[in-house]
Amino acid sequence: MSSRETLFGIPAPDWADPAMQRRMRRRHGGTHRLRWLGIAAITGAIGLLLLLLVSIFSIGYSAFTQTVVTIDAPVAAEFIDADDITESNWNRMARAAIATLFPDDAAGVRDPDYREVLSRGGYNVIRNTLRDRVIANPELVGETLRITVQTADPFDQLAKGLVRRDTPEDRRRVNNRQIAFYDMLVEEGRIERRLNFWLLTNTDNRFPEMAGLAGALRGSAFALMVCFLISFPMGIATAVYLEEFAPKNWATDLIEVNINNLAAVPSIVFGLLGLAVFLNFFGLPRSAPLVGGMVLALMTLPTIIIATRAALKAVPPSIREGALGIGASPVQVMTHHVLPLAMPGILTGTIIGLAQALGETAPLLLIGMNTFITDVPEDVFSKSTALPTQIYIWFDSPERGFVSRTAAAIMVLLGFLLFMNAAAIFLRARLERRW
Amino acid sequence: MKVKTLGIATAAVVALTASAMAQAPRDSIWSVGSSTVFPYTQAVGQEFSDLGNTSPSIESTGTGGGMRLFCGGIGLEYADITGASRAMKQSEWELCSSNGVTDITEVQIGSDGLSIAVSRNGTAFDVTRAQLFLALAADVPYNGQIVPNPYTRWNQIDASLPNVEITVYGPPPTSGTRDAFVELVMEEGCEGFAEIEALAEADEDRAEEICQRMRTDGPFIEAGENDNLIVQTLNSNANAYGIFGYSFLYENLDSLQPVLVEGVAPEAGTIEDGSYPVSRPLFFYIKNAHRGVVPGLQEFVELYTDEDTFGPDGFLTERGLVPLGDDARGRERNETVNGVGMTRYANN
Repeated sequence: MSSRETLFGIPAPDWADPAMQRRMRRRHGGTHRLRWLGIAAITGAIGLLLLLLVSIFSIGYSAFTQTVVTIDAPVAAEFIDADDITESNWNRMARAAIATLFPDDAAGVRDPDYREVLSRGGYNVIRNTLRDRVIANPELVGETLRITVQTADPFDQLAKGLVRRDTPEDRRRVNNRQIAFYDMLVEEGRIERRLNFWLLTNTDNRFPEMAGLAGALRGSAFALMVCFLISFPMGIATAVYLEEFAPKNWATDLIEVNINNLAAVPSIVFGLLGLAVFLNFFGLPRSAPLVGGMVLALMTLPTIIIATRAALKAVPPSIREGALGIGASPVQVMTHHVLPLAMPGILTGTIIGLAQALGETAPLLLIGMNTFITDVPEDVFSKSTALPTQIYIWFDSPERGFVSRTAAAIMVLLGFLLFMNAAAIFLRARLERRW
Repeated sequence: MKVKTLGIATAAVVALTASAMAQAPRDSIWSVGSSTVFPYTQAVGQEFSDLGNTSPSIESTGTGGGMRLFCGGIGLEYADITGASRAMKQSEWELCSSNGVTDITEVQIGSDGLSIAVSRNGTAFDVTRAQLFLALAADVPYNGQIVPNPYTRWNQIDASLPNVEITVYGPPPTSGTRDAFVELVMEEGCEGFAEIEALAEADEDRAEEICQRMRTDGPFIEAGENDNLIVQTLNSNANAYGIFGYSFLYENLDSLQPVLVEGVAPEAGTIEDGSYPVSRPLFFYIKNAHRGVVPGLQEFVELYTDEDTFGPDGFLTERGLVPLGDDARGRERNETVNGVGMTRYANN
């Protein structure tokens, strides 16, 4: 038998031929290059993501702890109004309490260097705590009250090593006298680092050490709720009609093209629409989660419609035909069979749409949700911020402490996005039926 | 079943929206305006709510944007207070009065230095306003003619300046900071050039335009309303210079250093006594028709002009505000408390 067998007269390839080997190398080389290109692209993408996360974490982690100082506040009788305890001089009592921290060389209770250990926000906390506790329990007069309060931001930065002691004094936010004071407080065991739960439980505040996300979290929750209530039923109804009932003609084609286009419209356009229509024409309240939710719903609608239509398409026609065959009406086919089977896909699309809406900033800026407000919104009509706009406000603040807090707020937002996406994956994995 | 639930939900949303249209009341103060005045209004708002009042809502919209919201009309859907990093313009007054907003109290809360700063790793220098004009204007006098700005390095303007490329980050035209910079630096700086004086004889409008127009060929970069963005850019580029309010320089003195203007550094003392040439007054405006209608408005503006707030030992100075003198503070407080209307444009 010769080495060159023939099949139907076509000569078999000669694998040993150098020209053939070159061709084969080229052929395999192409596959290899494609594979390596893919791996390189993924590595690049993951690398960039890691870079982003590392840079955010390395700035933001310090905001998850907060330096506190413990004060033994004397409730001296001299500040108490014996006739009416509510009329006592709480301001002077608070100032005297803070002065108990000061070393001997202090220039009185208003010593300009030492009083900076607490911001005006911390001072207000002490005054209000003293007032509320003593009024509730007048027997405290003559005793001392132990109060723990957040130190002012420059001292917090010093404790965290963000203010470096080796920089010359005139370039530092805290001077040498204040550093000596701080070291003394540490020695007395009055300074502590605590987990910063205030970041989640406090509302926005102009003092970084007091500021928290409670208002923004509630505002975002309200806006998402409104967004869901509008876009979910509307999206499903649209998709069901287009997919199952609509006649195929130029009108529905036009609608379909427009829905796909809508999904690609930049979000700021929706914000402008919200400003022009919802605020200026309908006169809805500015900065309210209601309007935020309505604008976000416009953005989320196309996502939900497209996801729902895909989910409906994935339900096998045999199920529709079977149901129709045993006498179900089209509405029964839809509500009893097709929609329940498509629901996991619909929910996945909805959650992803809502996650997008949660992180959206531009439209909220235009309707005034970047406002400074220290109350938690009570309902969807109250003025409020949302998580991304809160990040925007903090980023714009001059105080140094807001730098790490901005990054920490981004981490909280990323945490929520991760949670929502995980929920979407979970729903898809657990509930989705395959045929 | 499900369809019915969806129907009910949709109806509920529609009803909710309809009811919101009917009621848009507001029981809190709404303040808008300049991003430079924002930190001060914010501080007062914080104090106001710490004292147990309803938290005011304070938005930073820029001076011009604030005036539009403020001058929209009288009623709770319009702002009560607007902050401004320059005085109200005649055109804005006309907008206000065309919408019925004629009783406005103008309050100067103090001054702010416009600082020009550079990273501690860069080179600080001493510059005159004329040199700044030559560095940043679109058209400049050059060898007896007015030509498009030829300068790309500081030392081309004057040998005393460093041999560094001109890169200056500054605020956009919507910003009051920009208006102030043009007024205090560019317009002052362009005076005294023979070429411009000659032009002003022939064509005054053109001369004025040359004094005001910033260059757009690269060395001057508009960085948006966010001053922190400029601060961060300066930290990463030692050769870049930035223009922003003094409070941002004050908070970042460890990484930034000021550029001296005509030999004077921006400091609380030099801004207050006026020896630092680039300082500007800061204002807020009160819509007097809203006093007594918006709960707490009177108390809020009284708190704003309290001695403990905008006085020399007040808490606004902690944020970098340079307070007014004693007499001026007394006058502003009196006008604020009693709601004295501004009359500057009233007779025109």
